[in-house]
Formats: sequence, structure tokens, C-alpha cells
Amino acid sequence: MRIKLKLIVGLSVLLFSVNIFAASKVHLDHANTDIFDEASLQNGAKLFMNYCSGCHEISLMRYNRIAKDLNLTEEHVAKNLMFAGNKVGEAITTAMPEDGAAKWFGGVPPDLSLVSRSKGTDWIYTYLRSFYDDEERIFGVNNKVLVNASMPDILWSLRESQSEEEFDQSVLDITNFLDYVGEPAKLIRLKLGKWVLLFLGILFILAYMLKKEYWKDVKYGIWRPRD
Amino acid sequence: MNNKQSWIDQRFPLTKVINEHLAEYYTPRNFNFWYFFGGLAVVMLIMQLVTGIFLTMHYKPDAEYAFASVEYIMRDVEWGWFIRYMHSTGASAFFVIIYLHMMRALLYGSYKGPRELIWILGMVLYILLLAEAFMGYVLPWGQMSFWGAQVIISLFGSVPIVGPDLLIWILGDYAVGDATLNRFFSLHVVVIPLILVVLVFLHIVALHHVGSNNPDGIEIKKNKDADGIPKDGIPFHPYFTIKDSVVVVGFLWIFCAVVFYAPALNGYFLEAPNFIEANPLKTPEHIAPLWYLTPYYSVLRAIPPLFGSQFPGVLGMFAALGVFFLLPWLDRSPVKSIRYRSPIYKWILGAFVVSFIMLGWLGVQPVTPLYVLLARIFTTLYFSFFILMPWFSTLGKTKEVPERVTG
Repeated sequence: MRIKLKLIVGLSVLLFSVNIFAASKVHLDHANTDIFDEASLQNGAKLFMNYCSGCHEISLMRYNRIAKDLNLTEEHVAKNLMFAGNKVGEAITTAMPEDGAAKWFGGVPPDLSLVSRSKGTDWIYTYLRSFYDDEERIFGVNNKVLVNASMPDILWSLRESQSEEEFDQSVLDITNFLDYVGEPAKLIRLKLGKWVLLFLGILFILAYMLKKEYWKDVKYGIWRPRD
Repeated sequence: MNNKQSWIDQRFPLTKVINEHLAEYYTPRNFNFWYFFGGLAVVMLIMQLVTGIFLTMHYKPDAEYAFASVEYIMRDVEWGWFIRYMHSTGASAFFVIIYLHMMRALLYGSYKGPRELIWILGMVLYILLLAEAFMGYVLPWGQMSFWGAQVIISLFGSVPIVGPDLLIWILGDYAVGDATLNRFFSLHVVVIPLILVVLVFLHIVALHHVGSNNPDGIEIKKNKDADGIPKDGIPFHPYFTIKDSVVVVGFLWIFCAVVFYAPALNGYFLEAPNFIEANPLKTPEHIAPLWYLTPYYSVLRAIPPLFGSQFPGVLGMFAALGVFFLLPWLDRSPVKSIRYRSPIYKWILGAFVVSFIMLGWLGVQPVTPLYVLLARIFTTLYFSFFILMPWFSTLGKTKEVPERVTG
């Protein structure tokens, strides 16, 4: 039994430590995101809407959901974050025409609604900090994570106006915001989970005590082997 | 109350059914950990049916809208995320439970006479469940849904002569697309669940007819008291209904821990590339089926093509499943339970379990020469277990089986 337990523990450790789809060969910096950091999410939303949303949609997200989850008023969101939409209940799309995008960037910039789930937060965090000068490329920059990326180094002005630490924090905020956008329900499930487990834990104890009581019959009482 | 009951009983055998299956169904008193999983499988089936009904209310089986409709469920439907995660986690949990349930049968010889038919019904259920899960995974229409379907369905195209026509018949098109998605939806929500429910019913009816096996592999019905009640049996209700309730709550605790804290389970329950919408023009770097299918996928990859055809591998994959059906007749040991089997049998069963797990692990790894070699070795071991069973199951000295259950 002890060996079995060890095996189970060993296998679960293996299960959690090896992500089978971590196919990328590039080293990724760890993004220490915290979706309960509201200030970071708000700053991330502001930076995303200012720097990214011109080209990238997050079409699975609505403006008023952001308002609700990030503790902002709908008026505030409409005035400060809503550049392309008309109504706060709308999905966050971009105004950029598709044929134009194909001409300017060689393709439509991807929708980033789920990028945190398909690529992971470490990838986003590292990618945005990995642009370097490369005269060969059309925008004069290349990227270490996504080689020959067709995206310009859109955050360059931010990098030049901020210290290295400030810039890393800005990118982390954007990453954090995208992590939230990838799964808004995370805010609910992580908060709720402990109560659910506490409830089930108590129920388990009660159920177990009830079972003990009933099974006394089997151990000492009427259902003893009938010889 | 009595009047009312007799009114019903005159018209429907209610009391009789309750007694036969619960209050007077005598169950061996020595059930252990391995006997948790039959009841849990029923709980899981109900959970998948109920969550599935709610998902169907909001999901759109259309290649254009399917992907977005799943995210709509995750974001805009009240508690949609919870229902969806219960269903997706439920699929994997169902297989964990089923594999342990099957392991129990292997350990205690539950497939041996007089329970051959229970085993066969169970195997049909298992294969249908694999099909159900595979088609369910196509529905979110992500990259892995699409390319997984592409890889698995194309296997049918390798069948000699009729292959290409068979492929088009299955797909309803020349490639995986809207037609395929729609028919998979229909099969996933109507046809297969209906058959599953009927077969589960038959599986239980057959079990309650012959009675449950137990960790000692003794037929408790051979030792009855003056009232005709097995001496080592206790009524299923209340003793096992109450015990199984504890098990269900314990299971739900682990289940909810996954649903609330790790619903994707690091890519094992929800694969990262499946959060990208299906794109027929962009093949993912690495296509791996979900973990519960991987042992068979490994067998498929381990068998080399013959005359440029993948058909031998496909045959091997289905043979790996089909050979389970023969188990009751391959096992010629005089005893049922592992407790009384010969030491050599224990080692061989251990080697089989290791082979199955290793094949599963290899199924998610990329193809390298070393892994192909390993997959071939474990495939050979896997099939040897069944082919050589009539011989090795009679080898060595078995222990004497006691008259009555122990513990």
C-alpha cells in the first residue's frame, strides 16, 4: 500500500511538472501575474486599449464586463477605454479593415481573447520584451521569441520613457490583463473554490460518521457472519 | 402509505424491484477501495448527461459559430463556465474511474464465469465511451479538435479497397468540416448517450442476477443460511448506499479541486492549442489525442506500415481494444482473485499494467527512434499478455482459496 501511495504521489508530481505542450525551445521568463491585483489589471487594460487594440481584437470580451470585473464605472470605460465601439455592451473589436491589415502587415493581426490560454502568460510577457533591432525586417525589428514576427515593436515609446523595471511592470500589467481576458471566470472560480472544498470537506466528515454508525451493525451487530 | 404502495405494486413491481436491487441485494461484506468505481461511474454518467443538456442549450454545432459559442458559454452564460468545466473535467474523470473499474476486474478476476456477459457489456460500454469522448472533443472546434479528428478519422481511409469511400461516408465531405461537426454533435448528444444508458442498465441487471464478485473471488451465494441469505452478504441498502455516499463526496472534493483550481490540468484535460479556433490551413506542431486515447494511439504508431499502407497499425489499434473481449476465455486459472494466484501471474499482470501506462505516456510524446522502439516493446508485451494467457495463467502454484470471505 505504501509503495502504491508513493507511486501515485510520484505520478501526480510528474503530471503537474511536465506540460506536454511546452514545445517552445526559447527560454521564457516567468510572468508573476496576479489577476486579483486590481490596479495592475486596470493599468493593463489602459495600456492594452491604447497600444494594442488598434490592431488586435479581444472580440470575446465586452466593455461592460471589464467595467464590472475591474471595478470601473461604465462611463469611465466608455470615455477612456472605448475607442472603436459605440455601446458598452459590445464586444471589443478593432476598427482596422481586414484587407488593409493584410496589405500592411501581411495578415490580419490575431484576436488576443484567448492568447493567455493558448500561448501562456510567460510567453506573452517574454515576447513583448524580446524585440531587437534588425534592419532586414520591414519594421526594423525582429523578435527572439517569435522569429520574424510581422508585428512592429509597438511598445518602443513606452520602453524609452520608462526605466527597465517600470517597463517590465507595464508589460506584466498587460500580460495580467490578457490573462484575465482569457478567462474572466477565473476571478470567480478561484474565490469560490475554497468555500466549495470546505463545504464538501465538512459534508465528507458527516457522511463518514454516518457510515461508521450504520456499519456498526456489520461489525458487531445483526450483520455479523451468521453461523 | 401501505394502500398507496399496494395500488402501485398491483400495477408495477415497485417493491419487488427495490428489494431485488437495493434492500435485498446481498453484497459481499469485504468490498475494498477497488469497489468504489462502479458507483462512481454511474454518478459520472449522470453528471455528464445533466451538464451536457445545459451545454446543448447554448452550444452551436456550426463550424462558423461553434468555437465562439463555447466561449460564450464560458463568459456570458450564467454559471456557464462551471457547467462547461464540470463537463470537460468530467470526461477525464470518467476515464480515470473506468480504468480503475477495469483494473478491479483484472485484479479479482471479475470477468471470469459466471460474469462473462457483464465483462462483455462493460467492454462495449468502454469502447462507446471512447467514441463518445472523441466526438465530444471535436465539438469546441479548436485546433486540437480539428486536427485530432483529422488524424483519427483518416485512419479509416487506410482500409483496403473501401477505405476512400468509407472516409467520405464518415466525414460527409472530402475533409473534416461543418458536415462532420454536425453529425458528431448528433451522435454525441443523442445516439451514443442513449445506447450508453441502455447498456449500463443491462450491465447492472446482469450483475445483480449473478451477484457481485469480491476481493477474495469467492461466490458468496454458495454459503447461504436457513433463510437463503448469503452468510457473507449484507444488503446493498443501507450499507453500501451510505458507504458509496462517502465515496461520492470524497470524489467530488477532488473533482471540484480540479474544476476550481486547475480545469485545464496543465494541458491534460484541456489542451492549450484547443484555445485557437480550428484552422484547416495551419497544422499544429504536435498533435496528441487526449490522454485516455493515447495507449491505443501508441500501438497505432508502433506498428510499421506494410506496402505503404497504415492499415496494419489501424488493425493493431482495434485489436488492442478487441482482445479485451476474449479475457474470460483466455484466463484458465482455477482461482479468480490476485490474492490466491501464483507469484508468476502477479508479475505478468504487473508487466501488463506497466505496458499500458507506458504506451499511454508514449502516446503524448513526439516520435523519436527511441520512443518508437519503446512503443514496439510495450506493444509486444501488451499483446503477449493476452496471447500467452492460456499458458501462463495455469503456471505456478496457486494458494488455497478460503471457504468464506476474509477481512
